[in-house]
Amino acid sequence: MIVAKPTVPSDEELLDRFQRGAFDYFLEQYNPDNGLVADTSRAGAPASIAVAGFALSCYPVGVERNWITRAEAATRTLVTLRFFWNSQQSKHPDATGYNGFYYHFLDMKTGRRVWHSELSLMDTTLLLAGILVASVYFSEDTPSENEIRACADAIYRRINWQWACGGEVTARQGWKPESGFLHYGWEGYSEATILYVLGLASPSYPLSTDSFGAWTATYQWENIYDYEFLYAGPMFIHHYSQAWIDFAGIRDRFMREKDSDYFENSRRAAYVQREYARRNPNDFKGYGKDCWGMTACDGPGFKTLKIDGRERRFLGYAARGAPYGPDDGTISPCAALASLNFAPELALPALRHFCARYSDMIRDAKLPSGFNPTVPGGGPSGWVSEGYFGLDQGILVLMIENYRSQLIWKLMRRCHYVGLGLRRAGFTGGWLS
Amino acid sequence: MTNPSAPKWATVSLNETPDDRFHRALLDNVHPPAWRNPKPADKYTLIVIGAGPGGLTAASEAVALGAKVALIERDLIGGDRLNVGCVPSKAIIRTARLYAEMRDANNFGGQVPSNIGIDFAAIMERMRRIQAHLGRGASAPQLSEAGVDVYFGEARFAGRDTVSVAGETLRFRKALIATGARAMTPPIPGLAEAGYLTNENVFNLTECPPRLLVMGGGPLGCELAQAFCRFGAHVIIAQNDPTFLPNEERDAAQVLSDALARDGVEIHLNTSAVAVRMEGARKIVDLASEDNKFSVSVDEILAGIGRAPNVENLNLEAAGVRYDTHIGIRVDDFLRTSNPRIYAAGDVCLEHKFTHTAEASARIAVRNALMLGRKRLSALTIPWCTYTDPEIAHVGLYVREAREQAIPVKTFTILMHDVDRAVTDGEEEGFVKIHVRDGTDRILGATVVASHAGEMINGLSLAINCGIGLRALARVIHTYPTQAEAIKMAADAYDRTRMTPTLKSLTRRWLAW
Repeated sequence: MIVAKPTVPSDEELLDRFQRGAFDYFLEQYNPDNGLVADTSRAGAPASIAVAGFALSCYPVGVERNWITRAEAATRTLVTLRFFWNSQQSKHPDATGYNGFYYHFLDMKTGRRVWHSELSLMDTTLLLAGILVASVYFSEDTPSENEIRACADAIYRRINWQWACGGEVTARQGWKPESGFLHYGWEGYSEATILYVLGLASPSYPLSTDSFGAWTATYQWENIYDYEFLYAGPMFIHHYSQAWIDFAGIRDRFMREKDSDYFENSRRAAYVQREYARRNPNDFKGYGKDCWGMTACDGPGFKTLKIDGRERRFLGYAARGAPYGPDDGTISPCAALASLNFAPELALPALRHFCARYSDMIRDAKLPSGFNPTVPGGGPSGWVSEGYFGLDQGILVLMIENYRSQLIWKLMRRCHYVGLGLRRAGFTGGWLS
Repeated sequence: MTNPSAPKWATVSLNETPDDRFHRALLDNVHPPAWRNPKPADKYTLIVIGAGPGGLTAASEAVALGAKVALIERDLIGGDRLNVGCVPSKAIIRTARLYAEMRDANNFGGQVPSNIGIDFAAIMERMRRIQAHLGRGASAPQLSEAGVDVYFGEARFAGRDTVSVAGETLRFRKALIATGARAMTPPIPGLAEAGYLTNENVFNLTECPPRLLVMGGGPLGCELAQAFCRFGAHVIIAQNDPTFLPNEERDAAQVLSDALARDGVEIHLNTSAVAVRMEGARKIVDLASEDNKFSVSVDEILAGIGRAPNVENLNLEAAGVRYDTHIGIRVDDFLRTSNPRIYAAGDVCLEHKFTHTAEASARIAVRNALMLGRKRLSALTIPWCTYTDPEIAHVGLYVREAREQAIPVKTFTILMHDVDRAVTDGEEEGFVKIHVRDGTDRILGATVVASHAGEMINGLSLAINCGIGLRALARVIHTYPTQAEAIKMAADAYDRTRMTPTLKSLTRRWLAW
């Protein structure tokens, strides 16, 4: 009797499956009236402006992959841009934005601020990145694509980056109408590189050229597990700016001093995460060389459980990181896969491991925000995050596309503002030459 | 008659230390009740005002040099360190750690005792016993025997070279002001009326407050928040910054935050107390964060928000000594005040208000005052430690300070979970970070977060002070297994970076030959 061997999908097939699954999130969670996209797939979730930025970046991917038509992508983009251009910008506590920036979370239907969320510089930046992708991609001389470009330019020009420094040299994290600028400092490397690049290139209210230097002055170059890199614990920090900008071969002053670049840095960060998972200092279930990914993600909830005689503290949505933690045994499979460009030799085995060992957490070719095999659940994955998060699905679409075709990176290289901002931040070499 | 509904702890008087045999034994040494001030000498080589760590060090150093020394203390010999600072706090922190370990016994293969009762009175009695024991080290009779004229009373300068105390006027060639600092009074409406704890009266407690609000996430606030939480109090900590210990490394503050949360401390960052009022025996504190206002009801409030130098009542104007009520006595790098005869040391003039800094600065001041010395304060390598669990210790430059000075920095990090002894001890939390000038092995600074970080940092202080590089540390055999081996592991990591591709290829060729 001849038994058919189960076919093993190629890397390309596997990536296509998960990229398509992730892309579908933006079709499923989209409000056609205003272009907003839900933060998560959970019932009643508000819209996230960062997720809207990912959505705008994903539509060109969908067109190039023949998942949606160019016309449909343009319509979705235009609806979104019209909303962000026309929605209320004021100090009113439930406006959509102020001084060109937008509140982190908006009502899916009305587009007004919810959850007392902050006027977020970083999330506005991610939205703007998506807007700029759209403005470069939709370059045809048609009424809708002309309007996309005009809207994009107007939205960018309205953002007052200088106000957002609150009298300091560096950008603040956010602002609330009730209490003013947020009290948090931004110390150390973070996902804000793209914020400074776009802020420095602003055609109307550019950040001061000192701002980037002042921010990078808080960097720490560390040797951990024999890997030398610009440290940041959560993996998303090593991904977000790089979803849009190809940092391979271009260097700012800090990276010139260290003879490295941010692309290489993210590669080393992936290796540190994998090494941490291999060492597994807290003896969590599942951790290993192909099971890693510590980042900002959903978790089992803020509670303490006694598991196998050991008291364990768990977190809800939190910025997990390696090696300093916090670490509660929750793995973000998206964080591992999104490292694809930097370390495919780590990310692809991790993806295959997730598929083989933890298939119970995968539905509709989508990876959940987090899973935790230490917490007893219905299958090998243990606790699995309910539904899906737009940020996770967005970063997967972009990173997989950059791995497959470099589409987003190529588009952003053509964006005048990106090159200008990078040069103003002191980047030289590589594709900037 | 006692109000039966009032909480038991509310009957505690916080103004006086409980009068037990240990406290009396302590007083016999640090302020003997029957003490008589000596007959003043014609002129003292050195008058030291304040018998805390700085004053005591100065007095003994000066006597050892052959000086005629007077030491004036208005309250208790030993200063904050012995009476209201390091000694009592570390004594209760040790007991707090014991309670935490008892509760965690299962993780060590032990049995959790069936009834972990907290005997707070016993905890505080042990603390007083330790104070009495350590108070013997620098008692008034002992100082007197060593040749120091010990005066009890308020010192006031009567001129540029005279001090009056207890009705006597003392003349000096040189004087040293080492009056220390005291807890600052937070300007919060209603707080003074409601009453609050500081380091100066918290060790007088005879009952553990069931609910305690700690204002401030500095070293004192964090240490005592954790200790009282481990004694069973519900502790709420409000810190008006995004992290605890805002001057420390972000990762160190994160480890501490996780540790406090694990212990059960209710944490409110970016939050400050704005008003206090009484409701019955309870203190209601209004807290405010960015856009959130809420109140907590507690039995006691501990304020740990900073220290103010003791410059008042010294009549410094008469001596021509410049000072500031916030910064303290103004001194130059040689610790000399605006009156060349008068020096200052310790908390009254320094930014780093630590016992060991007070002692080190006093040594410098005495040498400079009496021996024409030119020793500089800025040349000191000053380590410090916050004695939470885990402890957080630092020495030298922080990365941000080095980068501000345009010094390229590289940090070698070892996680305590990779150190065998830390694992066997069940103390894997934390790390050792050693900052070197990039391209060299010169140690600029270090942060240690570990159960015994205060002990571990000393090796690194020695290395910085003596100019020992990380490469040399790699050649020092460290006892195995010890937690301090983490320092050797960081040095080994440095050593491995020296193996460049060129070197590797050369050694490969050599070995193949």
